[in-house]
Amino acid sequence: MFRRAAPLLGALLVLLVMAPSALADALSPDSGSGSPNAKDIDFLYKIALALGIVIFLLVQGVLIYSLIKFRARRGGPEPAQIRGNTTLEVSWTIGAALLLVVLTTVTFIYLGNIENPQASKPNAQIAGLQFAAVGQASVPQGKHITIHVNGQQYLWRYDYNGQGASQLFSYHDLYVPVGITVVLRITSSDVAHSWWIPDLGGKADAIPGHTNDTWFRIDQPGEYVGECAELCGENHADMRARVIALPGDQFAAWQARQSADIKKAQAYLSLQRKVRGEN
Amino acid sequence: MATAAPPPSTAAPAAATGAANPEIVMRGIKERPTGWLSWLTTTDHKKIGILYLVTTFVFFLIGGVEALLMRLQLAQPDSTLLEPRTYNSLLTMHGSTMIFLFVVPVLAGFANYLVPLMIGARDMAFPRLNALSYWLFLFGGIAFYFSIFFTPPSGGWTSYAPLSDDAFLPDGGIDAWIFMIHLTGLSSLVGAINFTATIHNMRARGMSWGRMPLFVWTVLIYSYLLIIALPVIAAAVTMLLTDRHFNTAFFDNTGGGDPMLWQHLFWFFGHPEVYIMVLPAFGMISEILPVFSRKPIFGYKAIAASTVAIAFLGLLVWAHHMFATPTATVVLAFFMLSSFAIAVPTGIKIFNWLATLWRGSIIFKTPLYFAAGFLSTFVIGGISGVILAIFPVDWYLTDTYFVVAHLHYVLFGGSVFAIFGGIYYWFPKFTGRLMNERIGKTSFWLMFVGFNMTFLIQHSAGLDGMPRRIYWYPESAGWGTYNMISTIGSFILGIGVLVTLVNVVYSVKMGQRAGNDPWKGNTLEWFTQSPPPENNFDIIPRVRSVEPMKDIRREVARGTPPAAETVAQPVTTGST
Repeated sequence: MFRRAAPLLGALLVLLVMAPSALADALSPDSGSGSPNAKDIDFLYKIALALGIVIFLLVQGVLIYSLIKFRARRGGPEPAQIRGNTTLEVSWTIGAALLLVVLTTVTFIYLGNIENPQASKPNAQIAGLQFAAVGQASVPQGKHITIHVNGQQYLWRYDYNGQGASQLFSYHDLYVPVGITVVLRITSSDVAHSWWIPDLGGKADAIPGHTNDTWFRIDQPGEYVGECAELCGENHADMRARVIALPGDQFAAWQARQSADIKKAQAYLSLQRKVRGEN
Repeated sequence: MATAAPPPSTAAPAAATGAANPEIVMRGIKERPTGWLSWLTTTDHKKIGILYLVTTFVFFLIGGVEALLMRLQLAQPDSTLLEPRTYNSLLTMHGSTMIFLFVVPVLAGFANYLVPLMIGARDMAFPRLNALSYWLFLFGGIAFYFSIFFTPPSGGWTSYAPLSDDAFLPDGGIDAWIFMIHLTGLSSLVGAINFTATIHNMRARGMSWGRMPLFVWTVLIYSYLLIIALPVIAAAVTMLLTDRHFNTAFFDNTGGGDPMLWQHLFWFFGHPEVYIMVLPAFGMISEILPVFSRKPIFGYKAIAASTVAIAFLGLLVWAHHMFATPTATVVLAFFMLSSFAIAVPTGIKIFNWLATLWRGSIIFKTPLYFAAGFLSTFVIGGISGVILAIFPVDWYLTDTYFVVAHLHYVLFGGSVFAIFGGIYYWFPKFTGRLMNERIGKTSFWLMFVGFNMTFLIQHSAGLDGMPRRIYWYPESAGWGTYNMISTIGSFILGIGVLVTLVNVVYSVKMGQRAGNDPWKGNTLEWFTQSPPPENNFDIIPRVRSVEPMKDIRREVARGTPPAAETVAQPVTTGST
C-alpha cells in the first residue's frame, strides 16, 4: 500500500508546495518595494531556505528510496546486520557542522545591513523638518528622523519630537518622508506589543519599561500595513498600523496641517476647561 | 519492588503444600480491591500507565476540538463565528492542554508502563509516589478545565506578563492556569525522580548503560530535564500569583520589576520543555525502526550520546524565543549559535534512523508507517527551526504562522506521530490483542495528508505576514486561501485521529490475539505475557546485549533455556 501511495503522496506534496508559489512571495518574506533591511532579510532567508531544501531532498529521497527498495520480500536478501560505521557517522557530523558554519558566516555578513540604519537617499528632500537630528554616529550622514512609538491597548501612538511634550504626534497612521531613514524607538505603556510592518523588515517588541530600536527607509511613496504581533489582549487583532510614505513637500504639508490641528484641538480643550471651571 | 508481599491468593497454596516449601504466614493482609476501585487504589506501574494514557487521550481530544474551532473561525476572512475573548481562551486552552495535559503526561504514561518492563524490573522504585504523580496530574487538568464554568484563561499558553497581571486580566482564568502548572509540574517532578531512581537502580543483571534500550535512555534524560526545568516555572508562576494577589511587582515595571524577567524564566523552562516533549518520542522511533527493519539500530552510542547533547544544549537556547525583544546583539548571536548547535545532534539522529532502514528488510506494519511519517515530517520542523534560529530572519518570522507551522511540525509531526506509532506498537503488550492493520493504515494516511495540508500552507501564511493569535483578518490581507486549505486539512487530520480511536475501541475486545511477542521485538517487555502479570516477570533473564530478546529467541531455537536470574522470587511460580 505504501508503494502504491508513495507517488500519489509525492504529487500531493509537490502540489501543496507549487500551488501557493504561484501566488507572489508565498515561499519567502515580503519585501516588496519596502525598506532595504526587508530586502536583506528576504535574501538571507532565501539562502537558508536553499540549504534547507538540499537537506530536505536528501532525507526524503533516502527515506522513500529505502522504503521502496528495502521492503521485505519473500526470498529477498537477508537484512544486513550493521551496527554502525564510524567513518560515515563522523563525516555526517562534520558535514552538518560545516553547513552551519556557512550559515553563520552568511548571517554575520548580512547582519550589519539589516541591523544598522542605512544612509538616507542623498537627494531626499527634508526641507521643513525642524526635528531632523544631526550627528548621531549610528546613522551615516546624520540625515534621518527619530520617531518615538508607543504601543497601547489597542493602538499605536507616534511622537515626532521626543516623548511627552510633543507638538507633533499621530495615532494609527505613521506619516514619513520618502528616502529618509526613519529610526523608531519603541516602547509600551501597558502590556507587551510588537511593532511589525512586514514590507519594512523585522519586528521590534514593545515592552513596558524598555526601549527597542528598529529602522526603515522607504524609497517610493506608498502605504504599508501591519498589525501588532504579540498577543496583547482581547482586541489584539484590531491593533493595526499603517505607514504612509510621502514625498518631502507633501510630508511637510502634512506636518504643518497636523501641528495646526493639534494646536487647534488643544486650544479648544483649554477653552472648554476654562468654561467648565468658571461655571 | 521485589520485596513486596505476595498476594494472598498465592500465599495460601504455598502454606498448604507445607513440607516442600518454607511456610509463609501472612496476617492482616487486606483483600485487594477489584473493579473500578482497583484503578483508584492501584500502585501498579502498568495500571497507572493505562490511567495516564486514557486520561491524556481524553485531553488530546478536547484540545483537538479547541483547535478545530479556531480553524473554523479562521477559515474565512472577516469571520464572526467566535467572540475575540472566546478565541483567545481557545488558543490558551489548546496550547496549555496539548503541552501540559497531553504530550508531557502521555510520554509519562508510556514510560510508566514500559520502563520497568524494558529494564526487567517488577515495578517503579516508588510505587505510591507513582500513583501520587498520576493523581496530581489529573487534578491539575480538572482545576484548569473547571475555569470554563467561570472565566477561562486568555493570555496564551505563555501567559506573558504584564498581560497576565491582575491589572489586565483580573479574572480567575489565569489563576486556574497557574494552579494547573503547579499541579502538573509537581506531578512531572515526582514522576521524574521516580524514573531516575528506577532506571539507575533497578535494571536487570547485565544491563549496563551501553545495553539499555534507547527509549529508556530518552526517559532518563527527559527526567533530568524535568528536574532542572520545572522548579524554574514553579517559581515563575508563584511570582505571578503574588503579583496578581499580594501586590508584589516582580514583572511590573511601574513597581520596579521587569516584564522581561517573566519571558526569561518562562523560556528557561519553555525550551527544555520542547525537548522534554520530543526526546521520549525519539526513543520510541529508535525502538520501532530496528524491529520493523529487522536490523539493529544504526549507531546506538551516537543516538544515546546525541540525546544527552540535545538535552544539554537545550538548556542554553531559551532566548531564541525572544529575538525581537530589546536585547543586545551579542546575546542574540550567542543564542543563534547555541540553537544552530542543536541541529548537529538532531541531524545525527535523523541520519542514524535512515541508516537503520538502509539495507533492512522492512515490514510494513502500522507502527512503521507512523515512524516513517515521523521522519518525513520531523525533518521539515528541523529545517524551519534552523531558519528561525537566524535571528535577523526571525525578526521577520517570529510570532507569525511560520512559527505555528514550525512548532506543529516538531510537536505533531514529531512527537504525536511517534506517540501514535507507539500506541500501535505497544497496544498488543498493553491488551494482549493486535490493533486492526487496515484501520490503522487508513488512520495513518488521513493523519499524514491532513497534517501536511493543515500546516505546510501555514508557512506561506506566515511569510505573507499573518501574525499568530489573531481572531480575524480582513479580506484585503489575502490570507483567505491559505486558511481555507489549512482548515480543510485540519478536519481530515481530526478524522484520522478518530479512526485510531475507533480502532482502539474495536481492537481492545475484538482484535486478533497477539501472544507475547507479535513483532519479534528486541527488548524485555516482549519476554513476558501480554498483558503482563502484576509482578511483570516470573524470571528475569540475564541481559547480554542491547537486544536481549534476540539472544533469547536464538537460545530457544538452539534448545537451551535462557539463563535466568532467580533472586527475590515471590514464592513458587512453576505451578501457578
